[in-house]
Amino acid sequence: MNIDYSPEELEFQKEVRTWFKENLPQNLKEKNMRGEMLTREEIIQWQQLLGSAGYLVVSWPPEHGGPDWNATQRYIFDEERAAAGAPVGFSMGIIMLGPVLMAFGTPEQKEKYLPKIVSAEDWWCQGYSEPGAGSDLASLNTQAVLDGDDYVINGTKIWTTYAHHANRCFCLVRTDNDCKKQAGISFILIDDMSAAGVEIKPIVSIDGEHHLNQVFFDNVRVPKENLVGVEGQGWTIAKYLLTHERTTIAGVADSKLNLANIKRIARENEADGKALIDDEQTRLDIARAEINLTQLEFTNFRTLADTAAGRAPGPESSLLKIKGTDTQQELSELKVKMAGYYAFPWHSEGFVGPEDFAFATQTYNFLRASTIYGGSTEVQKNVVAKMLLGLR
Amino acid sequence: MDFSYSDEQKLIKEQIEKFVQNDYSFETRNKILATDEGFDRAVWKQFAELGWLGVSFSEEDGGFGGGAIETSVVMEAFGGGMVVEPYLSTVVLSGNALALAGSSEQKAELLSGIIGGELLMSVAYAEAKSGYNLANVGTAAKKSGDAYTVSGEKVVVLGGESANKLIVSARTSGGNSDEDGISLFVVDAKAAGVEVRGYKTMDGARAANISFSDVPAELLGEEGKGLAVLENVIDLGTVASCAQALGEMAVSFQRTLEYVKVREQFGTAIGSFQVIQHRLVDMFTHVESSRSMLIMSSMKVSSEDAVDRKKAVSGAKVYIGDAARAVGQDAVQLHGGIGMTEELDIGHYFRRLTLFCSIFGSTSHHLKRYADLS
Repeated sequence: MNIDYSPEELEFQKEVRTWFKENLPQNLKEKNMRGEMLTREEIIQWQQLLGSAGYLVVSWPPEHGGPDWNATQRYIFDEERAAAGAPVGFSMGIIMLGPVLMAFGTPEQKEKYLPKIVSAEDWWCQGYSEPGAGSDLASLNTQAVLDGDDYVINGTKIWTTYAHHANRCFCLVRTDNDCKKQAGISFILIDDMSAAGVEIKPIVSIDGEHHLNQVFFDNVRVPKENLVGVEGQGWTIAKYLLTHERTTIAGVADSKLNLANIKRIARENEADGKALIDDEQTRLDIARAEINLTQLEFTNFRTLADTAAGRAPGPESSLLKIKGTDTQQELSELKVKMAGYYAFPWHSEGFVGPEDFAFATQTYNFLRASTIYGGSTEVQKNVVAKMLLGLR
Repeated sequence: MDFSYSDEQKLIKEQIEKFVQNDYSFETRNKILATDEGFDRAVWKQFAELGWLGVSFSEEDGGFGGGAIETSVVMEAFGGGMVVEPYLSTVVLSGNALALAGSSEQKAELLSGIIGGELLMSVAYAEAKSGYNLANVGTAAKKSGDAYTVSGEKVVVLGGESANKLIVSARTSGGNSDEDGISLFVVDAKAAGVEVRGYKTMDGARAANISFSDVPAELLGEEGKGLAVLENVIDLGTVASCAQALGEMAVSFQRTLEYVKVREQFGTAIGSFQVIQHRLVDMFTHVESSRSMLIMSSMKVSSEDAVDRKKAVSGAKVYIGDAARAVGQDAVQLHGGIGMTEELDIGHYFRRLTLFCSIFGSTSHHLKRYADLS
């Protein structure tokens, strides 16, 4: 057993660390560290900057513009990215659509779509959930009917993150209503979010921000070449993404930075005549959060070491999402507790109290979603019970 | 980065698991516990012959060149079978105290005695009023010429009745909780002035309160500098206990999983109920997460950096302590009435896991220690 990175990995770490130090724009870093939302333009500029160094599509193979890193290098990159205070650069196009097209797309689809993900010209959103299909995704009911050379799409998608920023959307739609519900689902690409029949309505979430949307499709026509794979293959494609490596799903790197930040805040802010860190309960809360995070990090290391050695990750990997989101929520809650009365100001002009607490409650509220999206914790537990424990 | 076991480590693990499977059934264990000593000397001899008493000591100390990871491999497998032989007190605590602080003569005599299986030892450190503070030492050592004698009382000395020799913490200078002035001594457990009151512990094993009245004592390590050694020894013992607890938790979980698949109520296996399924997933999560903390602490307990070591150990004890409590309690709960019985092994795993929460410092003790180090 050993816990160290190899000399080559350390060299790589140094290279990446230097890049972030020299290239991360200061205003982006400050906004990210406060937990403030970035604008569309800021996100795209950041993606293009990462792209210029070959650091954007880090999980992609070299033939499609990826840097040809192994799992450990990708993990180190993510550690350094977070430690530098930089926001994540990836998008739905990079982590979801790219791998799908590489595995199931036609040569024409790959050629048309992949380069514009690499250059950050296209912004893809994901049309999966519907009002009647949340955790039970297979019940989705948006219809796609072939009419001549086009599919005609009718229905609605919900919780569509950044649909208002996106110019394109990949969707799961129903192409067959007369079979087992999973077998009637197809994966389709909508090229233009401003096309006739597409309507985007904002949903403001409990952090008071507009990340989410409901998207309505009213006789939206897309050419049949926009079907990925074959009709009825949508469910298989969606599940394919779940088998992808999970070495950064736990969010360890960002939580580590967050904890370091919380410790600094606890030293620099006062309550009742003493630093927050000198309050016994706060100290113990921080200690416990750090212990939980250590656990998460080592569980993540185990998965990473298995992946790097070419072994299938052990059962612990399926717990990374559950435990990772627990930790994110724990840290955000701790910050709100430390804020005391500064939990009250809400979307105020300028900073009412210490800048450190300005976005604490917003982040806390926003992160309630982390145990709901991407398969809620309850659904994750159902899957573990069935697949790993053989309970049914 | 690599967290897999070496071939040697795998071999030890398989050997012990096989031993537990074939020679250490729950019934056999109960028979052993019913004897006067509460463990089996023939089994101990077998451990010595198989080399298990020496796996974690260096070759120059007469061991097989392993370390804390080997100790964890052994203790996890022992935990799975609830093995009652005094490995923790003799090998892990006393053996490491000697390896860390012993002179070459002491190692040659005592450590090789431990590795060979001829010598049983324990470390006597806790006192009636010390709580978990290792520096709170009322037992006093007197020096005349080059010779020492110790007087005082130690409590809950694990395996204290059967030990031939004891390692005793005693104050050679300073006030009651001063960090300086604590020394470690080797004392002959059969010497005049040693009074041993043995008793059963909740897990069926035995411990003793031991009083010392002007008992001749041989210094182990440097005078007045014993606390650092003792802390290191207890840290090693803590990680070993974490490993044992993980073995116990893993079996408790597995037995419970098997049980909910066959126990029928309301016309169906109770494992088909979602509320039960999620509790099993929680137990499974506790086991796997604890394994990560055990791996982490087994590697870091040998760190040269004392703060790094202590944080790793206390972090593991907090995390695995909470997990052990939850898994032990859920195993009983999900077994229902039968889980409450002396007859079923589940209740015995529960007792061991409960004691784990109190050994070498409670969860709150270690959480405070961790916070103090940060």
